[in-house]
Amino acid sequence: MIQFDSKELSSSELEGLNAHFQERIDAEEKIEPKDWMPEKYRKNLIRQISQHAHSEVIGMQPEGNWITRAPTLHRKAVLLAKVQDEAGHGLYLYSSAETMGITREELIESLHDGSAKYAQIFNYPTLSWADMGALGWLVDGAAIVNQVSLQRTSYGPYARSMVRICKEESFHQRQGYHILMTLMEGSAEQKAMAQDAVNRFWWPSLMMFGPHDAASAHSAQSMKWKVKRQTNDELRQKFVDQSVEQAKAIGLTLPDPDLVWNEERGHFDFGEIDWAEFDRVVSGSGHCNRERVAHHRRAHDEGSWVRDAICAYEEKKRSREVA
Amino acid sequence: MKERDIDQTISVYALRLGDDALILGHRLSEWCSNGPFLEEDIALTNVALDYVGRARNFLNYAAQLRGNGSTEDSLAYQRDCRDFTNFLMHELPRGDFAFTLARQYLLDEYEALFLAELLKSKDSDLAGIAAKSAKETSYHLRRSREWMLRLGGGTDESHRRLQLALDELTGYTTELFEMDDLERDLCEIGVAVDRSALFDRWFSAVSKTFAEANVTLPPASWAVKGGRIGFHTEHLGHLLAELQYVQRAYPGCRW
Ligand SMILES: [Fe+2]
Ligand SMILES: [Fe+2]
Ligand SMILES: [Fe+2]
Repeated sequence: MIQFDSKELSSSELEGLNAHFQERIDAEEKIEPKDWMPEKYRKNLIRQISQHAHSEVIGMQPEGNWITRAPTLHRKAVLLAKVQDEAGHGLYLYSSAETMGITREELIESLHDGSAKYAQIFNYPTLSWADMGALGWLVDGAAIVNQVSLQRTSYGPYARSMVRICKEESFHQRQGYHILMTLMEGSAEQKAMAQDAVNRFWWPSLMMFGPHDAASAHSAQSMKWKVKRQTNDELRQKFVDQSVEQAKAIGLTLPDPDLVWNEERGHFDFGEIDWAEFDRVVSGSGHCNRERVAHHRRAHDEGSWVRDAICAYEEKKRSREVA
Repeated sequence: MKERDIDQTISVYALRLGDDALILGHRLSEWCSNGPFLEEDIALTNVALDYVGRARNFLNYAAQLRGNGSTEDSLAYQRDCRDFTNFLMHELPRGDFAFTLARQYLLDEYEALFLAELLKSKDSDLAGIAAKSAKETSYHLRRSREWMLRLGGGTDESHRRLQLALDELTGYTTELFEMDDLERDLCEIGVAVDRSALFDRWFSAVSKTFAEANVTLPPASWAVKGGRIGFHTEHLGHLLAELQYVQRAYPGCRW
């Protein structure tokens, strides 16, 4: 990677670079790792990609929680494959972040010290088998809406990893929906289990799109740099519109009395998100905040002797080859 | 044997092989989100997935021969400890990474030999499952063997852990090579594999690897066995409590 030190540039040179950068963005050119980019663009992207990568990885926990308890062998195989995909997504995204000059080890460290975030929805517990349905349908569903939009993000490596990831996500959403559909065709207890899961996960999945545009700290600049292509509220609306029909088709009720079709807007109106609840979970009062990070840290720490062994083994092999 | 008897005997045989795959697959799947790094999480999940698939193939076939409305799921979810017939080694808790990989390596060498023989079975269903499984196992074996060398030749710590794992596992290998009347009968008609005939080749393969990895599989001064007759360790009951929880709590449902 070519390193440009912005401090050595005069302010008029810097202005020129910034203007050229914005021209390239406006012309829909992709920014590649070796290209000059404003320091804020780099920081913004590292933050976003790292948050995305950690979400894939931490998201393995609430679903991994049910792999050993999946109710049929078919469901077990599908869930295993799904969680394995999420680990793969984490890998692509860590690699994308690494193109910006940060290491995976550093990224993991900031996850452990709490300075890096992940999707808040994974701080909610998975309490029944139906939660595997709700997570797949709603959480992967929301992720797809967001990630389809990000396929056109301005940073090349990030956009390309989104293309790969989106191919797998639609299978994730379908398997979740199929779990719920099967439950809704089942016993009264199964139906109640499915409805309860949707009741718990509906609002947190709307929160996944982030604060309203007016309240979003990073939104305007991200749109200008085309890191984001659609605003939080646009994406959220798209998700609500598609979910209403899907819920109805299998007899699920979305837990929002204000949800109603608005002929004029051509969209569903929906109730206000409880942002106090969102803040509460962000600031540490979700059921699983400490659990998720501690689990990751424990696995990482327990694995340190394995990583050391590989290094030592490769080192010995190299010195044998030299000798 | 009458044809009906043969079918039922083959059903029991397929069930044994299905139980092995199901229980080991369960233990491997426990590694999901617990691996030492992300690539290894993916690799272990991949092996787990192969074993769950293998379990489904064998159990499905066992259920088909058994009839009476049996399915792969009724066999997996509605039998209790004493009816499970997997080898004991498969049900031991996952332990640390060295334990899981040492068990996997010992079993991969065994499976490679076993499946190569089962491929030749006169029962075309079993032979078909063996063909698919053998491809997976050759990949698993390459991986687990490489890990034996890495752990044995890595740090003092990894070497110590690997040796400890082998000390704990050695006595469970004995039953892999012991035949009973049921399998002997099936062997005579060209359906089952004579596992006792695999020992020498297995032992020389693992000895070669362990010599290279500078560890030893201690000669068995103890041997715990009984998996094939449902005489299990205490671990299996807990595994089944978890595996079968949903179906036990809500009987008679479709999922
Ligand atoms: Fe995801
Ligand atoms: Fe994903
Ligand atoms: Fe996904």
